Amino acid sequence: MGQQALNGVFVGSIYALFAVGYTLVFGVLDILNLAHQAVFMLAAFAALLLVADAHLPLWAAMPLAVLFAGLLGILLERLAFRPLRGRADSNISGLISSLAMGTVFEAIALQIFGPDTSRFPHGTFPDRLIRIGGASASLLQLCIIAISVVLMALLTLLLARTRLGRQIRAVAESPRAARILGVNVDRVIAAAFFISSSLGGAAGVLFALAFNSISPDVGRSVELKGLAVIILGGMGSIPGAVIAGFALGLIEVFTVAGFGSSYRDAVSFAVLFVVLLARPRGLLGQAAAREA
Amino acid sequence: MVVLLLLGIACKEKPAGEASAPSGGALIGAALSLTGAAAVYGAQQRAGIQAAAEEIAQGGGPKLQVLIEDDGSTKEQGITVFQKFINRDKVSAILGPTLSNTASAADPLAQQAQVPVLGISNTAATGITDIGNYIWRDSLTEAQVIPGAFKKAREKLGFKTAGVLYGNDDVFTKAGYDVMRKTLADQGIKVLDTQTFAKPDRDFHAQLTALIGVKPDVVVVSALADNAAAIVSQARQLGWSGPILGGNGFNSPAFIKNAGAAAEGVMVGTSWNSLSQEPANQKFLEAMKKRGVNPDQFSAQAFTGVQILAEAIKRAGGKTGREEIEKGLGLVKDLDTPLGKFSFTPSRDAQHDPSVQQVKDGKFQIVQ
Repeated sequence: MGQQALNGVFVGSIYALFAVGYTLVFGVLDILNLAHQAVFMLAAFAALLLVADAHLPLWAAMPLAVLFAGLLGILLERLAFRPLRGRADSNISGLISSLAMGTVFEAIALQIFGPDTSRFPHGTFPDRLIRIGGASASLLQLCIIAISVVLMALLTLLLARTRLGRQIRAVAESPRAARILGVNVDRVIAAAFFISSSLGGAAGVLFALAFNSISPDVGRSVELKGLAVIILGGMGSIPGAVIAGFALGLIEVFTVAGFGSSYRDAVSFAVLFVVLLARPRGLLGQAAAREA
Repeated sequence: MVVLLLLGIACKEKPAGEASAPSGGALIGAALSLTGAAAVYGAQQRAGIQAAAEEIAQGGGPKLQVLIEDDGSTKEQGITVFQKFINRDKVSAILGPTLSNTASAADPLAQQAQVPVLGISNTAATGITDIGNYIWRDSLTEAQVIPGAFKKAREKLGFKTAGVLYGNDDVFTKAGYDVMRKTLADQGIKVLDTQTFAKPDRDFHAQLTALIGVKPDVVVVSALADNAAAIVSQARQLGWSGPILGGNGFNSPAFIKNAGAAAEGVMVGTSWNSLSQEPANQKFLEAMKKRGVNPDQFSAQAFTGVQILAEAIKRAGGKTGREEIEKGLGLVKDLDTPLGKFSFTPSRDAQHDPSVQQVKDGKFQIVQ
């Protein structure tokens, strides 16, 4: 029981970290960035290259890979979103162009790394088992949970306390009003993309380390989960995404253990469905208040 | 969907249809999983086939020109490759495809067109050679390998209870599980819990935690090599230090490479005895060494497949038509191959003795 809860928290922390970035962009732009999963994947490959080929230690490779993911986010915003901004139906066209960028990123990874599974060299992270009560976890798993939680806390602080955070929230509320008040909207949106993609990239590196398996389609396995998490948590709500991420991880683990792997997605999405019936805006959704 | 298309294009860009033997002679198509979930086996099979074709050409045997195409580890691409072989290339016979899953979908096309197919790695007990009289295989089924392997493992380890984990979305891993369940029941081993997973899964913590929780004497796993490595690593991470018995999917050096130290002690039945001193096996080992390929069961079976086709052509009086090869295959008997003395059963399945191997010091070692 304790072990399964730990397993759930572990997967959940990665889902949550992935979804937090996803939902941040949605909160600011009202657009789903469907290339988020490709950034997740490319960051994992970047970390792999830095560790396996450049022989950097992991503690140096990971921040670099995260930085790379953030820069990808800025690139993504410039190419897929900014040219379309202000057009009549930019929500849909942005969705499509991000899907296209995601596909391009995947194709690039496919060309460079091939379709097979790539792995970190053995000993990239020290193999250490730690026992907590009746459960056992690897040092790596605990680090992953810790890094996820710290990153999410940092994001919450940044949004609540800093100037940039206030600007992001202002743009999310109303880009026009923010512009009138002197906020450089384009820069704030680019910053939001940088933060969002960095978090997605961090999730990618942690996922790759956790399961030691990276392939160009690795993002697909979390894409749908991430979408479920941000809908469950309430579109655009950061705390909602965190809670929903952990909830989904726990639901999945207990479904697999209790009913078998075939029911995993069925149960996860049934829960999503029921929550949406009861609370159409998700657990912590508040989009209605923002309509004005 | 778009990605699938791109993947298809990317695969096509690779040297499609590498011909290995000199032109002329019989044209053989080989559908191998060079990409996708079974890519680790496909690469080994390609090496085995190319080595055998070269060996036979040098030894003055019938000339074989082998066309190798990638089935992408999927049914869809397997069917496309088979259609190309049958209608465009007009091959005399087909080797492969790598996975039973693909074979169950693609082999009926060959049966209908009356093109002999020799499976070189299909181990699902049913649904392969019973497709029809043109479908043959040189790979022992799980049903032929697992009972012997479990018996030997039990003699060594003396277990009484088991926890079982298998992939339930793949013909091969599911068929392996069916045999394992029957074998465990036959040998009086109690199954305390059974868990499942799907091929694209990467996280097996939930299933393994549940299995370890019931404290079995042994964990039994039916999985493809990629999943197998992840399962074994995660089981060790969760503190499982007991024995692990694997299905045929574990039979790959890639499994050991990817699982690293976690693979130590894992036992698996095999249809190829790497230690066999028979000349046919020594010749195979030498041929693989020359190519710098680490030999395994899959390359041995692929090597054998080409030998069998050459023998069939010989028995058919050197004729290379589809019908002649089909007749010749029926005449193959006690052929000396790396797998041992090889014959077909009346149901066109393979017949030879299996062995058991265990990972020791990062290598498969035959358990005597």
